[in-house]
Amino acid sequence: MNQGTVNFLFVGVGGQGILTASDIAAEVGLQAGYDAKKSEVHGFSQRGGVVESHVRWGQDVGAPLAEKGTVDYLIATETLEAARWIEWLRPGGMVLVNEQRIVPMSVTVGDAEYPPDADILTVVRARTDDLRMVPGLATAERLGNPRLANTVLLGVLSTRLDVPPETWLEVVERRVPPKYVELNRQAFWEGRRLAEDV
Amino acid sequence: MNPTGNSVRQLLSGNEAIALGAWEAGVRYASAYPGTPSTEILPALAQYAGVRAEWASNEKVALDAAVGASFAGARALAVMKHVGVNVAADSLMTLSYTGVGAGLVLVSADDPGAFSSQNEQDNRHYARFGKFPCLEPSDSQEAKEFTRLAFELSELFDTPVMLRSTTRISHSKSGVEVSMPDAPREFESLPPFERHPRKYVMIPAHARLRHPEVEARLKGLAVYAETCALNRVDWGDRRVGVICNGVAYQYAREVLAGFSFLKLGMTYPLPAGLIRDFAAEVETLVVIEELDPFIEEYVRSLGLDVIGKIGDEFFPWTGELSLARVREGALQAGLPVASLDSAAQSADAALAIPPRPPALCPGCPHRSVYFNLRKLKMLVAGDIGCYAIGVLPPFEEMDMLISMGASIGMAHGAKQAGCPDKVVATIGDSTFFHAGLSELASTIYNRGVTCTMILDNGTTAMTGGQDNPATGVTLQGETTQVIDIEATVRAMGVEHLWVVDALDVRGVEAAIKEATAIEDRPTVIVVNGACVFTPQFRRRPVVTVDRETCNGCGFCFRVGCPAILKSDELGAKTKRPKAQIDPLLCTGCTVCLQVCPRKAMYQTA
Repeated sequence: MNQGTVNFLFVGVGGQGILTASDIAAEVGLQAGYDAKKSEVHGFSQRGGVVESHVRWGQDVGAPLAEKGTVDYLIATETLEAARWIEWLRPGGMVLVNEQRIVPMSVTVGDAEYPPDADILTVVRARTDDLRMVPGLATAERLGNPRLANTVLLGVLSTRLDVPPETWLEVVERRVPPKYVELNRQAFWEGRRLAEDV
Repeated sequence: MNPTGNSVRQLLSGNEAIALGAWEAGVRYASAYPGTPSTEILPALAQYAGVRAEWASNEKVALDAAVGASFAGARALAVMKHVGVNVAADSLMTLSYTGVGAGLVLVSADDPGAFSSQNEQDNRHYARFGKFPCLEPSDSQEAKEFTRLAFELSELFDTPVMLRSTTRISHSKSGVEVSMPDAPREFESLPPFERHPRKYVMIPAHARLRHPEVEARLKGLAVYAETCALNRVDWGDRRVGVICNGVAYQYAREVLAGFSFLKLGMTYPLPAGLIRDFAAEVETLVVIEELDPFIEEYVRSLGLDVIGKIGDEFFPWTGELSLARVREGALQAGLPVASLDSAAQSADAALAIPPRPPALCPGCPHRSVYFNLRKLKMLVAGDIGCYAIGVLPPFEEMDMLISMGASIGMAHGAKQAGCPDKVVATIGDSTFFHAGLSELASTIYNRGVTCTMILDNGTTAMTGGQDNPATGVTLQGETTQVIDIEATVRAMGVEHLWVVDALDVRGVEAAIKEATAIEDRPTVIVVNGACVFTPQFRRRPVVTVDRETCNGCGFCFRVGCPAILKSDELGAKTKRPKAQIDPLLCTGCTVCLQVCPRKAMYQTA
């Protein structure tokens, strides 16, 4: 159904760096010789709201947003968000979940409950067996900066795509401040290592 | 990068591409008021050497300044969101009569889906209303090219040109051929102003002379539309012919791949001949466009049979289009397109997923304002800005909101009409200078009795933190006069004025009580507190909950701070969770500490 287009959907919570992560994925696509488009959807709050960002690679990409049910790679930077967006995944597509919970205000004020991980994973597994839980935040904290979590996720993601890791690193290095280049390089390779430890 | 000649292909947002196109066209002056989804255009343009780019205090001012630049002989750009064009419309409608000096382009960034707006109006109607051309790019490459072309068209036809973008065009990134930067552009100095009072001074006698010129121009533009490169036919399978524009083209060419397309880059005036010829060659004619059936109505007026949104409503009149909505419409209309396989559409196992409503940031200076307004049961007329979040839980303390600056006028009208409630208007610093000044003048002049709270957080926060007349910095980074809000309000004759610190919860409460106790004249409270995203904001030691003292009363949850969470520990009597504070999110504003009835919170040194 994708007509040769590869669809990525990055989802998470405002302030988690989703837009930068998806920018990087789109630029990698362009650098690897694909046509690439990227588009984000978010409401009017800077922080704390749901953020979704679509990236598409292909020979000639039309729509900047993928269609529900056709996403090949769903990357959730927050655990609950994987469940919120699972219907967008193509059956059998890949889900990457960062092991991090961010409690919504609706839970704090008592209107709702944060579901247990087991329930979230049941929903995800109903659509695909290709699920990777990634200790992105823990790995990033070990490296000394929680903001590296998305680079860890990109490292894991990169192992599933036919683009050399050097291309990813080139784009990552262009997109992060110079003093964080080395840390991001490490985080990316940590992600690649995690992907291999199945 | 794929070098082709001396250009490279870069991933640019539609907004970045519009800025680049304007620069390539030699724009000399640009002005805008920030508004999603248009905001990023001016900061991108401000970086190009030789261009003067400014934040205006509102959209009408932005357009007026661009008009002056154009009359003086400089190519000029005015940028605004769709509702901003309403503010600028007074000038815009008569600008159509005067025409331009050098090229003038108005960017209208519409927001189908109302992701960050109070409505989702379709601004193509302005082009028809004002009788000037409307160009609609469908990706970033076209955003750049169409902007450049718009300036040429403006001069060729002596007309303002509207470049209409949408959220999906402005905020999507796609590949753009970018020429290697030439040497910095050097503008020749402008010659002395060429006086044309009968063209530029619209007294009634002159306006009556200009109107026939407008009608003649429109006829010329309609001829141009028939053959211009902006409108293009891509022949494919002629069983279906699709007429479309903007981002709708991108959805349509995927869902209806292989069929014939008439892709309209200029959607006003529309090319009757081109449409008729296209329709004659295809079996079934379809129009796919977002929001109003602007193209479809015209196609029907030509007597053509068409599948669209009028009558059968195959495609929606409201909201953004998407691949799914175009596919559903096409299937319903019986067009030969594939449906997604059922597995992809199947509903997944049900799980109650808590929503993530937007919340005021930890440390936000608006928190104490809405907490107190709720506590004091005020009737609140709100305005456009982050503080609109005051309408959501846990505050639920905003009773009207309609447009920029309207809070003050609505509050005044409600009170003058006899509303028995105590009425407070809340408005931010940038919004105050946008349209609030004249509204407050009217309240004062008419012996109004409302309380106006000006929430000065030192930035235009909701659009991402732009400077404004109260911040002392211009778009291009120069230091400038700070227009002091307190002094301004005093100079307007308001004698009953309070200036309070936003993080002093009781101080804010006292000011509201005192101000609203005065019932025979207007009062103003200036609430000072820096937005957490400004350099002026100071993080202070984080607040911690003493679990021994906290009894789980839950009062602190009512300040709606994302840093305050429920802990696993229950209060012995209340049987409700005690509070805990996320030290990574807490900024040390102490609003929670000030309202805690048990004094169970303390600030760690």
